[in-house]
Amino acid sequence: MRVLVPVKRVVDYNVKIRVKPDQSGVDTGNVKMSMNPFDEIANEEAIRLKEKGIASEIVAVSLGESRCQETLRTALAMGADRAILVETTIELQPLAVAKLLAAVVAREQPGLVLMGKQAIDDDSNQTAQMLAGLLGWPQATFASRIDIADGKATVAREVDEGIERIVVRLPAVVSVDLRLNEPRYASLPNIMKAKKKPLDVLTPEALGVDPAPRLRYVRVGEPPKRKAGVKLASVQELVARLKGEAGVI
Amino acid sequence: MTVLVLAQHDNRTIDKATLHTVGAAARLPGPVHVLVAGADCDPAAQAAARLSGVERVLRVEHPAYADPLAEDLAALLVAVAEGYDHLLAPATTFGKNVLPRAAALLDVAMVSDVVEILGPATFKRYIYAGNALATVESLDPRRLLTIRTTSFPVAGEGGAAEIATVAAVEPAGLASFLGREVAKRERPELTSARVVVSGGRGMGSGENFKILDELADLLGAAVGASRAAVDAGFVPNEYQVGQTGKIVAPELYVAIGISGAIQHLAGMKDSKVIVAINKDEEAPIFQVADYGLVGDLFKLVPELTAELRRARG
Ligand SMILES: Cc1cc2nc3c(=O)[nH]c(=O)nc-3n(C[C@H](O)[C@H](O)[C@H](O)COP(=O)(O)OP(=O)(O)OC[C@H]3O[C@@H](n4cnc5c(N)ncnc54)[C@H](O)[C@@H]3O)c2cc1C
Ligand SMILES: Nc1ncnc2c1ncn2[C@@H]1O[C@H](COP(=O)(O)O)[C@@H](O)[C@H]1O
Repeated sequence: MRVLVPVKRVVDYNVKIRVKPDQSGVDTGNVKMSMNPFDEIANEEAIRLKEKGIASEIVAVSLGESRCQETLRTALAMGADRAILVETTIELQPLAVAKLLAAVVAREQPGLVLMGKQAIDDDSNQTAQMLAGLLGWPQATFASRIDIADGKATVAREVDEGIERIVVRLPAVVSVDLRLNEPRYASLPNIMKAKKKPLDVLTPEALGVDPAPRLRYVRVGEPPKRKAGVKLASVQELVARLKGEAGVI
Repeated sequence: MTVLVLAQHDNRTIDKATLHTVGAAARLPGPVHVLVAGADCDPAAQAAARLSGVERVLRVEHPAYADPLAEDLAALLVAVAEGYDHLLAPATTFGKNVLPRAAALLDVAMVSDVVEILGPATFKRYIYAGNALATVESLDPRRLLTIRTTSFPVAGEGGAAEIATVAAVEPAGLASFLGREVAKRERPELTSARVVVSGGRGMGSGENFKILDELADLLGAAVGASRAAVDAGFVPNEYQVGQTGKIVAPELYVAIGISGAIQHLAGMKDSKVIVAINKDEEAPIFQVADYGLVGDLFKLVPELTAELRRARG
């Protein structure tokens, strides 16, 4: 079974981002970029499926600027077999990403798409569900455990109430949550080997998809700021303040 | 213009998150309809009909909707979408699972986690773990939104909507529901509690959360946690507060043994009053806390519990 793993290049989760003074967006110049943490988890899961003999080939896909190749090389160094870049300088939003991925799926015919539940830049949590809808495939979102057998995936999902378990028929789209696994680091020899793995470049035109954004980011501003308060010397003082000026107990 | 709200419910009652979503729907022009899809869901449909501001309830019965799957609810939304300009769902794991799938089927670029409605097509939402607040305009003829429940008031009672019965869409049978492990809840629900007491890695173990339980019981609080505490197995996943967990905005949030990473702050910084207890006076949590206590939580938390008990008399 072929597994497709979409990986997004995002501002590293440790970076404290800055809003541009003209409120046109977030300053991404000169900041550290990394693979979206959830996508690392998805890629790790795909690699484990291959190690178990369930997956035969792992194809990592990234959509965006030419620099997404770095993210793809990271996926290859972790253990993906080959990579596809869908190259465009147009700002990609989840619906466009889902349409482009659907076109890649049509070419590659994977039995499973494993992807992140959420990109930590736009925080949309949409693409996997949209892709499944476009393909008419079942979806299993927010996975914290995946067992594959007999053409089906049994998935434990992290939901607000606790854990939910569902079975989906393959092919399917699965989006992963934080507790699925701990991604490995790429070793130096594997980083070297990854440089020689195949990386194809496609375009939205070649895939026949119009990726134009349908949401307009009118303004990107600072969130309301909280002021640091006071450090108190004792629990007595805290209780007095909470009862008195704060009036919350 | 008409708004349709996808209700989250247990066939008897309407989930609190849906009440907030109906509250958000009131900010949009046009009447509000509520879709209640369930199995023997008449009580839930009746409850939805009593919500103020609701004009019509669409009740859809099917045994498969007892534990509905995203595939089936998205197909149902597409079937009823005609005539609706806005489709809303709460930004819970339920709404987040269903609405994007329906959006793709309707060819709509949806807006997640809306915190403010500025007009029929213009909304505010946080990006980058709450570090930027974006104003987004939807260019599609129809708008699909998930609603951040802490940002909108609940709809009250006093409505008398008509209930219309609508046909179900036969399930495609691509997926099936196996079960749900739901922790028994002795305390208020995290996202709607008036007070939340959360523990982090500093708690050291699941056993140690007992001292938070005592404090929480005294305050009538829900207990939450940081990702580190959940990853370490101290508490289950549904306790996680943050960018990728639950969003809370209680009157009082007490962060104990939590450093205050941006991903955690994203889930709680709209709380009215924040208290932090941490032994590291440099911990970033103190930059957002109204009141801080610097010291060992294993000493301070029992002291705080005792002092609250004494203050109660
Ligand atoms: C993609 C992604 C998503 C994430 N999503 C979330 C999320 O939704 N929610 C979330 O919380 N995190 C999330 N995180 C993790 C986040 O970055 C932090 O790692 C996490 O919040 C740290 O948890 P913590 O504060 O409990 O642990 P730490 O950062 O280790 O802090 C522990 C604190 O406890 C204090 N302490 C220790 N012992 C004591 C004691 N005896 N008395 C008093 N204080 C003590 C220490 O001084 C320290 O400040 C996410 C990370 C990533 C990459
Ligand atoms: N530009 C992209 N390239 C590759 N994968 C993407 C891209 N955008 C989104 N994804 C995938 O979709 C998931 C969810 O993203 P989102 O819906 O934007 O929160 C991510 O974790 C990725 O797996």
